[in-house]
Amino acid sequence: MLEVQVRRKQGDFEIDVAFSPPESGVTALFGPSGAGKTTIVNMIAGLVRPDAGSIRLNGRCLFDAGRGIHLAPELRRIGYIFQDGRLFPHLSVRANLTYGMRLLPRPKRYATFDTVVEILGITALLNRRPAKLSGGEKQRVAIGRALLSSPTMLLMDEPLASLDHQRKEEVMPFISLLCSEFSIPILYVSHSREEIRRLAEYLVVLEQGRVVDSGSLKELTDRLTLLAP
Amino acid sequence: MEFIGLTPLEWEALRLSLQVSAWSVVGSLPVGIAVAWLLVRCRFPGKGLLNVLVHLPLVLPPVVTGYLLLVLLGRKGVIGKVLSERFGVTLAFTWKGAVIAAAVMAFPLLVRAVRLSLEAVDHGLEDAAHTLGAGRTRVFFTITLPLMTPGIITGAILAFARSLGEFGATITFVSNIRGATQTLPLALYTLTQVPDGEAGALRLCIISVLLAMAALIVSEWMSNRFAAHMRG
Repeated sequence: MLEVQVRRKQGDFEIDVAFSPPESGVTALFGPSGAGKTTIVNMIAGLVRPDAGSIRLNGRCLFDAGRGIHLAPELRRIGYIFQDGRLFPHLSVRANLTYGMRLLPRPKRYATFDTVVEILGITALLNRRPAKLSGGEKQRVAIGRALLSSPTMLLMDEPLASLDHQRKEEVMPFISLLCSEFSIPILYVSHSREEIRRLAEYLVVLEQGRVVDSGSLKELTDRLTLLAP
Repeated sequence: MEFIGLTPLEWEALRLSLQVSAWSVVGSLPVGIAVAWLLVRCRFPGKGLLNVLVHLPLVLPPVVTGYLLLVLLGRKGVIGKVLSERFGVTLAFTWKGAVIAAAVMAFPLLVRAVRLSLEAVDHGLEDAAHTLGAGRTRVFFTITLPLMTPGIITGAILAFARSLGEFGATITFVSNIRGATQTLPLALYTLTQVPDGEAGALRLCIISVLLAMAALIVSEWMSNRFAAHMRG
C-alpha cells in the first residue's frame, strides 16, 4: 500500500499533499493543469526529490526526508507510463519491451513476455521501430514495457492525453484489464472526467498543490458535481 | 605499393598520416565524450576553466600549441621527463608525438560535436530507463551513448580530418622527419621547398584531396545508416 506525505516548493508554487490510496485498483489523481499532479507522480517514481515528508510503498521506505533516505528510481520497482510514451527510438519494439524485464532476476518476474504481448495486442509490432508506430500503439508498447519490469505499482501520467478519441478507445480497455489480470495498483493522473469515470475506483482531487478531497468514485460522485458530465 | 604507382616517400607519408589520424581519433574519442559529459551534465568548480582549456587549441596559433607541447612533453619537459625516465616513452620527434599534436588540435572540434549531440538527448528517455530498473552506468551505455551517435560520427570525422591536415603544431613539436613524423602535409611542404618538387607536391595534393573526400563519404554513409536504423 502506498503512503504519500510530501512537500515541495517550486518558485511560488508549493505542493503539500498527503494521501494513501487503497491497495488495489485504479486510483486517479484528478485536478486541473498546474495542480501539481505530474510533480507528485515524479516524486513517487523518484525522479523528483521532495523537500520534506516521506513516501512508503508496501511498508518499504522509498523516501524519508528526516532520515535522509531517497531511493534511486531504479531501486523502487515502480512502473511509469509517461504522457509522451518515451519509447527508446533506437531500439525495436521487442527490445523496448524487454529492457526492464531483463534487468530483473527471473524468479521476481510475474509478467511474462508472451502474456503481456498478447493482452496488449502488439504481437505484430515486435520487430518495428517506435518511429513506425501510431500514437495508440506507442502507448500500448509503453504500458507493456513498464508491466514487463514486474513493478509493484504502476504510475500513469495522462497516458491518453496525446491521443485522439479513436486511439483512446484503443488503449483504455487495456488499462482496466491490467488491474484485474495482474492485480497491481495503478495511480492514474488525469484531468479528463470521462477517463476517470470509466477507469478509476478511488479518487484524490488536487487543486493548487493541495488535496481538496478524496474517496471512492461513488462517494465523490454523490458528493461533488465535479464529475457531472 | 608499386601497383598504384606511389613512390616510397608518398607511401610513407600516406601510411603515417592514416596511422597518426586514426590513433588521434581513437585516443581522443573516449576522453572527448567524458569531457563533453562533464561540460553538459555536471556542475563543479573550475568548469569554466576546463571549457577554456578545451577550446584553447582552436584559438591559439598552432605553432604556439606545438611549442607548448614541446615544453611540456619534450624530453626535458615537465611531463615528458617523467614519461621517458619512468615509463621509457618518448614523444618528441616520434610518430606518437605527432598523434598527441593531432589529437590536441582536433580535440575542440570533437568535443563541440559530441557536446551538441549530448545536449540533444532527451532527458525523459533516461528517466524512463531509470524507472525500468537501469542504473546510471547502464542508462549511459544503453540509452545516452547510442542516441549520441550522430554527434560522435560528426566529431570523429572532424577530428580525423583535422588530424590529417595538422601541420603547425606537428612540425613544431615533432619536427619533419621522413618515415617518422613526416605526414602528408609535411611531405607536401617539403616538396614545395626543393627544386623540381612541383610534380611531387601536386601528386600529394591529389592524394590529400582523395583521402579527405573518402573520409566525408564514409561519414555520410554512417550518418545515413544511423538515420535508417532509427526509422526502422
